[in-house]
Amino acid sequence: MLVIRRDLVEAMVAHARRDHPDEACGQIAGPEGSDRPERFVPMLNAERSPTFYRFDATEQLKVHREMERNDEVPVVVYHSHTATEPYPSRTDISYAQEPDAHYVLIGTSDPEEHELRSYRIVDGVVTEEPVQVVESYMFAHTGVDDTPDGS
Amino acid sequence: MAITVSIPTILRTHTGGQKSVEAAGTTLAQVIDDLEANHGGLKSRLVKEGTLHRFVNVYVNDEDVRFSGGLDAAVKDGDNVTILPAVAGG
Repeated sequence: MLVIRRDLVEAMVAHARRDHPDEACGQIAGPEGSDRPERFVPMLNAERSPTFYRFDATEQLKVHREMERNDEVPVVVYHSHTATEPYPSRTDISYAQEPDAHYVLIGTSDPEEHELRSYRIVDGVVTEEPVQVVESYMFAHTGVDDTPDGS
Repeated sequence: MAITVSIPTILRTHTGGQKSVEAAGTTLAQVIDDLEANHGGLKSRLVKEGTLHRFVNVYVNDEDVRFSGGLDAAVKDGDNVTILPAVAGG
């Protein structure tokens, strides 16, 4: 299951809407081992295409270095499908190389209602997972360090 | 001094879980051959039909080697080679 803050969901959807009809892509970094998405990192789609995306390689290295310095990993890797269902395409599956990441797809083919789905993709096998949107991780059961401080 | 190579999570099964390993060579191709000698299985994940695999990005220091000669890119002692999975799809 992906547990994710509402503001991060809204940021992904806004990015997908902004770049529509081209595909938008990005990642959400979180502390290594936490499985908790925290830092929104929209990425350039080097392909600028309605049917394909690719992280810009130079930007990807820069972001990778930042994440290493912060002991972060890409907890979420997201992109949009602007004309088709938000289900991983054959190309998405062949490139999926982060077995610990949640692959989030945002469908923007309907101008009013977006569709957001999350998947694990491991060794070419796609498994959809539920998404729980929370206001804050304080009250969600995402880890032992989430107990609210004080009383 | 050797060349330090950063290994992405997906390839660490070939390096016993190590995030970075050392290698030697004066071109990227030689570095990859040296990696293969010590960490069998890595080369086929990086090279296909004599060129870099489209599923990986390889950088020498801050330079994407696709713009600096690919497998012929020059490397020297003290350089950092970073391998990242390409993030792409349709």
